[in-house]
Amino acid sequence: MASKRGKTYFSYLVNLVCVVLLFIVLTALMKAGVINTYWAGVIMLIMINIILATSLNLTTGVLGQIALGHAGFMSVGAYAAALFSMKIAEAAKLVENGAPTAAGFGTFLASLVVAGIVAAVFGLIVGIPALRLKGDYLAIITLGFGEIIRVIIENVKFTGGAQGLSGIPKLSNFNTVYWVTALTIAVLFAFGRSRHGRAIIAIREDDIASEASGIPNTYYKVLAFTISAFFAGVAGAVYAQQMQVLGAKTFNFMRSIDILVIVVLGGLGSLTGSIIAAVGLTVLPEALRGFSEYRMLIYSVALIIVMIFKPSGLLGTREFSMSAFLRWLRHPQIKRKKAAAERGSGK
Amino acid sequence: MDGLFVFINQLINGLQVGSIYALVALGYTMVYGIVKLINFAHGDFIMVGAYLALFSVPMLLGAGLPAILVIVLVIVMSVIGCSLLGMATERIAYKPLRGSPSLSVLITAIAVSLFLENLFMILFSSASKPFPAIISANPISIGKIQTNAVTIITIALSIVCMIGLQLFVKKTRMGKAMRAVSEDAGAAMLMGCNSNVTISMTFAIGSGLAAVAAVMYCSAYPLVNPYMGSMLGLKAFIAAVLGGIGIIPGAMLGGFVIGLVESLTKAYISSYLADAVVFGILIVVLLVKPTGILGKNVGEKV
Amino acid sequence: MKKLLAVTLAAALAAGFVGCGGSGTTSGTTSNAASGSADAGETIKVGSLAPLTGSVSVYGITTVNGIKMAVDEINANGGVMGRQIELLTEDEKGEVQDAVNGYNKLISDGMVFLIGDVTSKPCDAVAKIAAGDGTPMLTPTGTAPSITQNGDNIFRTCFLDPFQGQIMAQFAAEKLGAKKVAVMANSSDDYSDGIAKSFVAKAQELGLEVVGDERYGADDTDFKTQLTKINAAGPDVIMFPDYYEKVALITNQARQIGFTGQMLGGDGWDGVLTSLGENASVVDNCYFSCHYFIGDTNEQVANFVNGYRSLYSEDPTAFSALGYDSVYIMKAAMEKAGSTDKAAVLEALRATDYTGVTGHMTFDENGDPIKSVAVLRLENGATVLDTMMTADGAEDSAPVASESASSAAAASEAAASSEAASSAAA
Repeated sequence: MASKRGKTYFSYLVNLVCVVLLFIVLTALMKAGVINTYWAGVIMLIMINIILATSLNLTTGVLGQIALGHAGFMSVGAYAAALFSMKIAEAAKLVENGAPTAAGFGTFLASLVVAGIVAAVFGLIVGIPALRLKGDYLAIITLGFGEIIRVIIENVKFTGGAQGLSGIPKLSNFNTVYWVTALTIAVLFAFGRSRHGRAIIAIREDDIASEASGIPNTYYKVLAFTISAFFAGVAGAVYAQQMQVLGAKTFNFMRSIDILVIVVLGGLGSLTGSIIAAVGLTVLPEALRGFSEYRMLIYSVALIIVMIFKPSGLLGTREFSMSAFLRWLRHPQIKRKKAAAERGSGK
Repeated sequence: MDGLFVFINQLINGLQVGSIYALVALGYTMVYGIVKLINFAHGDFIMVGAYLALFSVPMLLGAGLPAILVIVLVIVMSVIGCSLLGMATERIAYKPLRGSPSLSVLITAIAVSLFLENLFMILFSSASKPFPAIISANPISIGKIQTNAVTIITIALSIVCMIGLQLFVKKTRMGKAMRAVSEDAGAAMLMGCNSNVTISMTFAIGSGLAAVAAVMYCSAYPLVNPYMGSMLGLKAFIAAVLGGIGIIPGAMLGGFVIGLVESLTKAYISSYLADAVVFGILIVVLLVKPTGILGKNVGEKV
Repeated sequence: MKKLLAVTLAAALAAGFVGCGGSGTTSGTTSNAASGSADAGETIKVGSLAPLTGSVSVYGITTVNGIKMAVDEINANGGVMGRQIELLTEDEKGEVQDAVNGYNKLISDGMVFLIGDVTSKPCDAVAKIAAGDGTPMLTPTGTAPSITQNGDNIFRTCFLDPFQGQIMAQFAAEKLGAKKVAVMANSSDDYSDGIAKSFVAKAQELGLEVVGDERYGADDTDFKTQLTKINAAGPDVIMFPDYYEKVALITNQARQIGFTGQMLGGDGWDGVLTSLGENASVVDNCYFSCHYFIGDTNEQVANFVNGYRSLYSEDPTAFSALGYDSVYIMKAAMEKAGSTDKAAVLEALRATDYTGVTGHMTFDENGDPIKSVAVLRLENGATVLDTMMTADGAEDSAPVASESASSAAAASEAAASSEAASSAAA
């Protein structure tokens, strides 16, 4: 027992060290100019997509329900955060020489919380009725809610209507957003491994059996959906304060699809899979910029090929584990044993 | 009194939009009913059908054929083209995924949709092309009430298609095979029914319906571009779900309900929020009766 | 076997990322170094940013066509200050985030002047970054007022949304003698919505009765319901501020439901005759405001139109004309500054006094153009110049040309009255 706990702590430590190392490396590369503004901008988008994908992974991967309204929650969060920080900006100086001040930093963190809570409230309102449905029907109903949110934002006064919002202070920066992303992943990971997370997995595997064994299905479904909406709102807040302008058109149903594609490609239920896919699918269109008009064609063909040859996504339900990787490096024989086991189970 | 005429005209407007939705929804429901696949690319099959029609019209008119024959031939040609496309898509993209999680199939369908849109954009540019008026859309007035030939033909055609499909599925051998495959593909196979042929056939019919819808849609709204299918497909899909997906008369009903609701909302509530109202009604119907208006409630087996 | 394929595919993709990432960064660093020194022998890197794919790409492509044509002309005639222009084009798909990425890419590729973006929302986002780094930016077609307010290095060639709405309201009241007006606009498009709002405000100010103010969604193709509702209220004219592809559908349906009055529009209408095809007669006797007149006998315009037709075998739109003019405005500013130094170019740009395809223009203190607007009439499948109107975009109370117009307007009016009606569609 003690050794098992020791192993867990060891793997947490390994992950923490890796996260810190990655931060230091990226910061150093940016300082040295190896990563220029363009790639720095792409990295910001990658982080936003990671938050979106890992949070949707909770609903779609862990809970196993198809949701097509994630962009709706993202937009609610984006608008809430934008209006909040624009209000504060009237009273205090949030940005100086292109970088957020101390007040700006505080406002940014507060805006993330505000955005998350507002999006979570919407998630609750949508989730309670919608989660009575399953499968394709749930997909359609969440799509419907997403579109309703977009139409309303387009037509009410305080969101700027069709003109959208302009002049949102630029409070997102790499340092903050990196740690927000890391924290999001950590929270979602811990939640997935907790008692609650296991209950949610039980619902995915067999909802009737889980209900029969005393798990309150509705409660857990709504809980997962609301947490998912919370982080979508956080991603929206980061997005709004990075782009500085907002229009409701940005958050249409195609954006929900984009996020879903990341999750499915990464592997349903695999947090690390979502992260890897988010990186890949953000970089791919950028890398194909040179082909301009062909890039969406290549993207769609690549998607079909991956789905045909690996329908469960890149990682399936497995997780990529740094400590397991290290162990594998030290003891290559594990690899051989594993391969043998796989061959055995495959038959 | 004028208000009444306006109301009647608004109903007719709603019926026209509704009949197009109904025609498209029939194709959706056909495929979903048999394969349980939301074919997101269905809207793009319509787009392909529209381009086929666009290119075949001048060819046929050039041959000096009479107008009515041109219309029939245009429809026939696009139906054949779209059916082949539908079968090819099924064979290449969907067949390898049979038995995979439904989400992977959904993503593949979305990818096919993106592929078709972008392929046609590269081939024919993103600029809209005007569609020649092969069916007159000029107003036909009866007193103060106005309609046009396109509306009447579309409504008639969608009713004919619905009845034809219903008879096909209920009365023919192939129809029986389709129902068997949708019920239990494995068991159907054991009973000597070739599920591959049946599913190919389903796609051929569904895509053929998309081509019919394309010709009618383009006659009513004479612009063809690579993105025309995506929103139309989405609305029609909602119509199919509303009526009860997989149920042929349900698609028809759903189409007309969505068309009328849209029209009356824009006319009497708010043209700003029409889409929100349509989606709102969908949500209410799904919550009250998740299988749609005509759907049967099936108990879950434990 | 499947697994092997999947793995090789994944590896190929990964290799692709690494490769592109690597090349992207190296080219970024080298060009940064290059742009520091304004070497006379080197090319001038000019960026253009437009939607080249996606649902609004049709407007982006036509703009970039105009830009490319101007750049090729200039290069063929010896370039700017003896240096060739190198045009870097990035696609933004009509999305804010892609526009921002595209802009950053252009900057890292060593761009010294940006001509773009095309659509308003992405343009606004890009302007915010450009304001931060001081790169001169001239948008050919971004009409939202907020764009040029981001900084004093942001300029635009087209007139603003409110301006067009006001002009057309004034035109309806004074020239067409309308009493009842209505408007119908795209609820998710800031351009369309912006013109509609200013049209309504100006119409009310002028004492016109606004009998209808309706909206539709971005992907709608059926407008008969709103049109039936508007028509029942009996307006004399209806304003449809949207781009030509939507307008083609709307005007067609307006006639189908029995509306017989006049229809008005903004510069987005330019190109509507092509989209209408054989139905061109539905817009007979309709008017729209535009930047230039395609059938203008002026040599500059004629050269542009003929050159464009022979290059792309289609008619130029107002977008192409604005893109084309923007390049020449940039050229004039650089030559006046005598270098590509940011501050000097901006200084020269502010003092622009330029006559091009889209008429004579100078910039006001915001970087918005002061120029005249052509109100065009459509008849028998052709576009005809009706009136030139001059007004200060910033001022509501500005006098609008009628009989006592400025000299430029009077001259153009003379051209119009002589009915030099060259066909646009033919």
